[in-house]
Amino acid sequence: MIEIVNLHKSFGRQQVLRGVNLTIPHGQITAIIGRSGSGKSVLLKHLVALIRPDSGQVLVDGEELGRLRGKALDQVREKFGVLFQGGALFDSMTVFDNVAFPLREKTRLPEAEIAKRANQRLEAVGLADIGKKYPAEVSGGMKKRVALARALVQDPKIILFDEPTTGLDPILLNSIHRLIFDAHKSFGFTAVVISHEIPEIFDIAQTVAMLHEGVIVEHGSPELIMASANPVVRQFITGASDGPIHSK
Amino acid sequence: MANPLEAIGHAALAQLQSMGRMTVFLGSACFWAFLPPLKPRRIVRQIHFIGVKSVSVILLTALFTGMVLGLQGYYTLRKFGSEGLLGTAVALSLIRELGPVMAALMVTARAGSATAAEIGIMRITEQIDALRAMAVNPMKYLVVPRVIAGLVALPLLTAIFDVVGIYGGYLVGVKLLGLSSGIYFSEMRNAVEMADINGGFLKSLSFGVIVTWVCTYKGYYTGYGAEGVGKATTEAVVLSSVLVLVWDYFMTWFLF
Repeated sequence: MIEIVNLHKSFGRQQVLRGVNLTIPHGQITAIIGRSGSGKSVLLKHLVALIRPDSGQVLVDGEELGRLRGKALDQVREKFGVLFQGGALFDSMTVFDNVAFPLREKTRLPEAEIAKRANQRLEAVGLADIGKKYPAEVSGGMKKRVALARALVQDPKIILFDEPTTGLDPILLNSIHRLIFDAHKSFGFTAVVISHEIPEIFDIAQTVAMLHEGVIVEHGSPELIMASANPVVRQFITGASDGPIHSK
Repeated sequence: MANPLEAIGHAALAQLQSMGRMTVFLGSACFWAFLPPLKPRRIVRQIHFIGVKSVSVILLTALFTGMVLGLQGYYTLRKFGSEGLLGTAVALSLIRELGPVMAALMVTARAGSATAAEIGIMRITEQIDALRAMAVNPMKYLVVPRVIAGLVALPLLTAIFDVVGIYGGYLVGVKLLGLSSGIYFSEMRNAVEMADINGGFLKSLSFGVIVTWVCTYKGYYTGYGAEGVGKATTEAVVLSSVLVLVWDYFMTWFLF
């Protein structure tokens, strides 16, 4: 379980998070929705200590990330897989090497076992035949799937998805959502998905939280979010141009 | 009056902060270099990139540097009737100064700029964040192998530069201008001492650290977008070249 307690973060004079409180339940898919620039990615990076908070706490299985350094922090990070917005694939490596990378770096498995696991994950995302290609040679959708395979390869307990479907066509969008859903069912990890895809994200998430102006304004099941009377949430999920949210 | 003073103070503080951050960066690289596991394959790959791939440009620049030294040295020394000292002049210039400095500048231009750009792109495309999220230390993965490779490659490239440069001087002085081959080499043998070679070697070692340190640092803390990477690459090449020349002055002062 991940607990976020009164998290504050500013960059210079810009206050991005103004006291976020959120509990991410174990073994579920939690979606974090909100406008572009509302601080969703900043929040996500706090969960794996890529950004340190100005104040507040992030607790992963009871351990407060802010207090951890060095090996202790590495041990917590090893529980995570992260799928970054642009994939963050290593462009000097082939697709196969990208997927095998965490195993080569963090385990002492023999190369044959590493190859077996990496190929299994590539197969699971439907990309068994592109292992020898470089990230620059594959499409945007394929990159996201390779990044998903890399995030899955160490069987992490928690996977963070930073806008896994941004920029994809509706068919690819649904196929990535299906992949996340199926992988979650097979591997049973806790997932945190940042998304703008309304209402598609409601099909795979068990819990949804909306971040607005640095705080969580609504949190609950997709049904609860859809039925929310909060005007901010209503405007966001209907996409109306009139309402309390103003275009920047 | 307060505003210009404030601006100067602000700029000075920013400069000081940047220097402090660079020093901490180097300290951190040194710290991680001594902590296992040290993956030799990664270091060998960087030696290949920084060293082996720079050999052709080193050969070419060394040959022409030696040839120019031969030409200029011959006509200058002839004015004093001392053409016989051409071998000494060429060898000492190369071994003490031009070999280490030119090799470092060539490595900065070829490998240093590429290093800054590569690490900069890794930064802006979240590849460095991905390393950290996977509990892989980016200093150990990206910076340490390059600094060690610089330490190994620069002295070797400098040695190549010195030998080829001396041969370039020989081609012009002996083959083109008719100086005796025996005089060219015997005068050189008499004048060049082990201290000169050691001094050049120490310079090349320190330049290896300067070039890789500055270029990895600039890439690591690159600005945003393609413009940021471009700026970081330019700054890496300029700062690295300037530091090599400044440090060369102090090394010369201490060593010779």
